[in-house]
Amino acid sequence: MNHSAYATPNPAIATPDTFPVVALRNVAAGFDGPPVLEDVSFSVAPAETRILLGPAGVGKSVLLKLIIGLLRPLEGSVELFGEEISRMPEEKLFPLRARAGMVFQEGALFDSLTVRDNVAYQLIQERVPDEEIDVRVHEALRFVGLEQTFALYPSSLSGGMRRRVAIARALIHQPELILYDSPTGGLDPVTSETIIELIVKQRDVRATPSLLVTHRLQDAFTLCTHRFSIELERMVPLPEGQTNRNTTFLMLNEGRLIFDGSLDELVHSKDPFVREFLE
Amino acid sequence: MAIHTIDRTAKQIVLTVQEYSLFAGRALMNLFRPPIYWTDFLIQSDIIGFGSLPIVILSGFFTGGVLSLQSAATLSAFGATAVTGQFVSLTMIRELGAVLTGIMVSGRNASSMASELGSMVVTEQIDAMRALGVDPMRKLVTPRVFATITMLLFLTIVADAFGIMGGAAVTVFLNHQNGTQYFHMAYEHLRYPDIVQGLVKPLFFGYIIASIGCFYGMRTTGGTEGVGRSTISAVVNASVLIIFVDFLITHVLLSILPS
Repeated sequence: MNHSAYATPNPAIATPDTFPVVALRNVAAGFDGPPVLEDVSFSVAPAETRILLGPAGVGKSVLLKLIIGLLRPLEGSVELFGEEISRMPEEKLFPLRARAGMVFQEGALFDSLTVRDNVAYQLIQERVPDEEIDVRVHEALRFVGLEQTFALYPSSLSGGMRRRVAIARALIHQPELILYDSPTGGLDPVTSETIIELIVKQRDVRATPSLLVTHRLQDAFTLCTHRFSIELERMVPLPEGQTNRNTTFLMLNEGRLIFDGSLDELVHSKDPFVREFLE
Repeated sequence: MAIHTIDRTAKQIVLTVQEYSLFAGRALMNLFRPPIYWTDFLIQSDIIGFGSLPIVILSGFFTGGVLSLQSAATLSAFGATAVTGQFVSLTMIRELGAVLTGIMVSGRNASSMASELGSMVVTEQIDAMRALGVDPMRKLVTPRVFATITMLLFLTIVADAFGIMGGAAVTVFLNHQNGTQYFHMAYEHLRYPDIVQGLVKPLFFGYIIASIGCFYGMRTTGGTEGVGRSTISAVVNASVLIIFVDFLITHVLLSILPS
């Protein structure tokens, strides 16, 4: 299998000398027991989409939370938008986090608020006028195909709809980085594809750098081998043998990063765990 | 092995006390630093204040009634049933109004705060809030602390008033004594130190209820079972701490403001 690179319609091309949006160096993390993560180093460049693979329970979600300072590393450094955040006080972290968007595993929507208020949460805190909020929420919900849920409460939505609302909430602020924590976990194949299409759309239309955690290989390969067609308003496959060059892979096993590279390198990896995971 | 367990438990208790102190201190300091979420304060005031009104009225009224019943039996032995009003009003205002209201509100609101915030923690809503750039301490904890302190003061006044009315009802309708005499004695023997003592306590109790409820809610772990544990811990610790702090405040205030 030999893949040639494919550039997305409007990406800010990531080059080695480009300022990384996220950079982790020798990060270790853990709770009371043995460390969950050890010696993890990688970066996310502008317009780059990184897919973090690995079996359940290896610390993928912990890694995402470290990136936006929801958890603190035991060792190493975490840089977000060029600022070292691993020892940064919580108050200083809030404005940095507000520049990023995060989609949580189960959506993490606020039960007591309507879809409109959930999606507009950040805008409401910033005291944006109601009329502008309504326009922007409609736009964000249209992006995820859920405009009809505007006045509903999260309890009346299906699992897939909740994830899509969570994506709308993460995107409404036009974040400079998006973190997706298993956005398709536990969903049926059709709904999963809808979610992946949204992620591809965000990547190709707005060129937002992102880090996506998943243990579903089919989702990872779809992201790499498809692009969003603005003309057709849907995701289409790239020509045979081509892949998106701004979409690369990371793989975690037993708390360590065992792979960092392109799809081509992944499928040709000699690492026994990578081979086992792929097969 | 046993020493190791004792050592670990002692460290855990000290750590919890340290974490609670930092948490409660931060919640209080946030009252004086913007942003202050006034809308959330008003919503919480409605839930805690207006929502607790029925239980506070009922418990206050019947406690006053019981005080009147119990005291009349003893006082009649000395031919002093005329001082029932004084006894009920002083007991309610100086002690029982604040403590009973504190414990009732603790049962209702410390539990609801712990379970609400605990559910938000286990469903990652707190993390989502932090990820959206909003400080949960300022948005969720400080309005609850501020609202509980404010509302408990008014609820205590309501409990005191209804306690005195409950005592009056029993005095007039069951003990067949003079109502005017009851109210006269209840009012005449009240001094400012009594009122100060009764109104200082709810400020401390309100702070204890909200800070403990939120503290246990925010440190919930272990899914829905953990939410249950947090709720129990919040109510038990808040109630015990209210009684303990009541003892301390009474001791201090009696030495500063003797009746």
